[in-house]
Amino acid sequence: MKKYSFIFLSGAALILAACSGADGAGQGDDGDRFVIDKDPYPSTYSPRASSTVLITNAMILDGIGGMIEGGSVLLQDGRISAIGEDITAPDGADTIDAEGKWVTPGIVDNHSHLGVYASPGVHAHADGNEVTAPVTAEVWAEHGIWPQDPGFPRALAGGITALQILPGSANLFGGRGVILKNVPSRTVQDMKFPGAPYTLKMACGENPKRVYGGRGQAPGSRMGNFAGYRQTWAKAQEYKRKWDKYAEDGGDPPSRDLEMDTLAGVLAGDILVHMHCYRADEMVQVMDMAKEFGYKVTSFHHAVEAYKIADKLAENDVCSSIWADWWGFKMEAYDGVRENLPMVHNAGACAIVHSDSDVGIQRLNQEAAKAWSDGKRVGLDISMADAWTWLSANPAKSLGIFDETGSLEVGKAADVVIWSGDPFSVYTKAEQVFIDGAKLYDLNDDALLPVTDFELGQPGEGDRK
Amino acid sequence: MIRKLLTSTAIASLIASAAIAETIAVSGGTIWTGTDDEPIANGVVIIVDDEIAAIGDDTLAIPGNATLIEADGRWITPGIFTPFSRVGLVEVGAEASTNDISADESDYSTALNAADAFNPSATSIPVTRLEGVTRMAVAPGNGNSLFAGQGFIADTSGKPGSITEERTFQFVTMGQGGAEHAGGSRTASWASFQAALDDARSFTARYITNPEGGALNRIDAEAFAPAARGQQLILVSVHRASDIRRLISFADDNPTLDFAIIGATEGWLVADELAAADIPVIIDPLDNLPATFEALAATQHNAERLISAGVKTAFTNLGDNGHQARLVLQAAGNAVANGVNQADAIKAMTSVPADIYGRSDLGRLEAGALADLVIWDGDPLETTSAPTTVIIEGEIQPLESRQTRLRDRYLDLADDGGDLPLAYRKGE
Repeated sequence: MKKYSFIFLSGAALILAACSGADGAGQGDDGDRFVIDKDPYPSTYSPRASSTVLITNAMILDGIGGMIEGGSVLLQDGRISAIGEDITAPDGADTIDAEGKWVTPGIVDNHSHLGVYASPGVHAHADGNEVTAPVTAEVWAEHGIWPQDPGFPRALAGGITALQILPGSANLFGGRGVILKNVPSRTVQDMKFPGAPYTLKMACGENPKRVYGGRGQAPGSRMGNFAGYRQTWAKAQEYKRKWDKYAEDGGDPPSRDLEMDTLAGVLAGDILVHMHCYRADEMVQVMDMAKEFGYKVTSFHHAVEAYKIADKLAENDVCSSIWADWWGFKMEAYDGVRENLPMVHNAGACAIVHSDSDVGIQRLNQEAAKAWSDGKRVGLDISMADAWTWLSANPAKSLGIFDETGSLEVGKAADVVIWSGDPFSVYTKAEQVFIDGAKLYDLNDDALLPVTDFELGQPGEGDRK
Repeated sequence: MIRKLLTSTAIASLIASAAIAETIAVSGGTIWTGTDDEPIANGVVIIVDDEIAAIGDDTLAIPGNATLIEADGRWITPGIFTPFSRVGLVEVGAEASTNDISADESDYSTALNAADAFNPSATSIPVTRLEGVTRMAVAPGNGNSLFAGQGFIADTSGKPGSITEERTFQFVTMGQGGAEHAGGSRTASWASFQAALDDARSFTARYITNPEGGALNRIDAEAFAPAARGQQLILVSVHRASDIRRLISFADDNPTLDFAIIGATEGWLVADELAAADIPVIIDPLDNLPATFEALAATQHNAERLISAGVKTAFTNLGDNGHQARLVLQAAGNAVANGVNQADAIKAMTSVPADIYGRSDLGRLEAGALADLVIWDGDPLETTSAPTTVIIEGEIQPLESRQTRLRDRYLDLADDGGDLPLAYRKGE
């Protein structure tokens, strides 16, 4: 094991911009102006009850490159209030002796379809692709999410504390993604990550041209894909100009277009672009397109060929959200290599492990372990502590929530996992999972194993029986 | 189970490899034999030509002419045998022109012989091999019938003649999938299954005047006859406990038939009955979601419960569509994380698959077995481990694939190849 590096951070609490207030002004008059409500389905999440917990004697990966042997983390009022070697338990704190165990930030999966393609995978649960038109930036994943998807608690058992639910990749513009706290809830709003930005799902390549070309519609080729994106962005620029002018000069408000609202939000920098794109050459074209229209791609997803252009991804500050080893299922996935993640990381670009799978999301730590070890064998010697940035910090950055989660730093939300051992071992399990300091999963305590409505009374009852 | 005669293809492959093989001694590792024997510390394996000649501890004499491979305390296992895959039937999944897994428009079903489509040059084969998988059962997918056709066993050498045995099993999908194929209900799938057996049993008599039978045409009835006579394994995909019970009772009524189950997501609910019926199962230990209504009892403890009940249990990556059969190792590691002991997990992807397919010469390190052997740089069940040596039928295999070539081309982007583009960097 590598020698630890001691972490000390100032106690200044991070302040998260509240989701309500000036930014999300309600629909209505602002003076004499009509203002579009940017947050009409606001988060109603509130952290569950938590006590003060001191986790001691742990091998800690802080999520930003630090490793502390025999370290402690103090969770207080739902926040991380201290991390280091010698921390004294405050009065009334519960102490967890984590001898032999590892502690990491909660894993953030930035590519999931839980809820929109829920288990069981019956026709009635296919709510993730609005496959009726190639441009559907007006649809929102949150309106298709079924919070009773048994996949959510399974992901919790794998240490997932926050996740992005995206629309599928059938369309050029698939719609808005939403970022959730992985807390079993009755409503989607109860899961929505407070203060998180909206995201936009876009898709390159084979899927849109196959779906629509197959119907004799546009796009039917990669050329058609780009024409479709560009025409739509041009329209969005015009829409944004009209609304900006109205905000400035008043008069009659322009016509409202839900599709354009989303795209104007991207051009304004409020909504982050997550784009499904496999091929290296295509990703570079997309980065040029982003410059052409004045927006930024936050992360490519799947990015099976990211390793071929890792230098350009670093230059453009675009993340790659990657599987460890999926390949071959279609032409644009033909050139997959096992070392994609470490090669992207090694070039100084932002690498992320994502799942896109209700099975994969349950053990993203193992996916990272595969890529990490394959990288080592070809001389890409990345520490485990650095590799953990693929699982928590980098995905959190790609979702605009890194101020709040994704690392064990003083002041951040206490989204913490205690692992039974080395989390890069296949034998290791998440034992306890804390979200905002509240223990919401405990492998060894049946009272802390959630069961969805769907599974209640069924023979498996949430993989507990 | 009856040990089948080697096909002519298999014999040809034995001859071809015998001609160039030699004596190899692997020494100094911890040998997991894939059998019920305890691991041998500091063990020695002697390979002569394509077979294991001897295995033992460090007192075993090493022939003077042997090529010596020092395992330096590392793990040695039989080559991994994945009991259910599509490797070699497909190059690019979504490109129908390269994908021979299923024949949706075919007039035939049980007669479809997956070995006819096997391509030992598929790029997925070295990708699979360099993760330690040396042997695989390959099954066709269902086209328009619950009878998918016949599967085979092959090695992962990628050489001509790498099919070990053709027509090893008939693959049949029952349960939800069978119902869809048979006409919309499980009732129809069982009626079709019974009718197909009747057709095959009455072949050739009933086809003298009419090429159509109750469920199978003449060609399919002929192809299904060995299975109907109990001379060919029938591998049945079922998941729901009630479907498994129905199969057990069918097997009970037809004691000459030879059945194994693939799937068995709810197998743990009927584990004792499976053990009593002596029907082996091939499961994916990672299946723990109620992904369908026939998997509502899905749990990560399925493997441990089946094995504890005495059910012969093999592991596979059920999601493999030709490219990810290698993930059987990760599945096995997770089974251990959920209560299966290490030796049973190794057996579940070595000797148990071999036994299910009636091949006691595969999947184990013991004298007389075909010499498929892997030396690992760590615990093979860990995703962080990899083979350092892979031997198939006595031959040391290259650990290179199209993927490793691509990786090497792009590994150093700072060095862009000098005066020439990267396309000139071939890494030879």
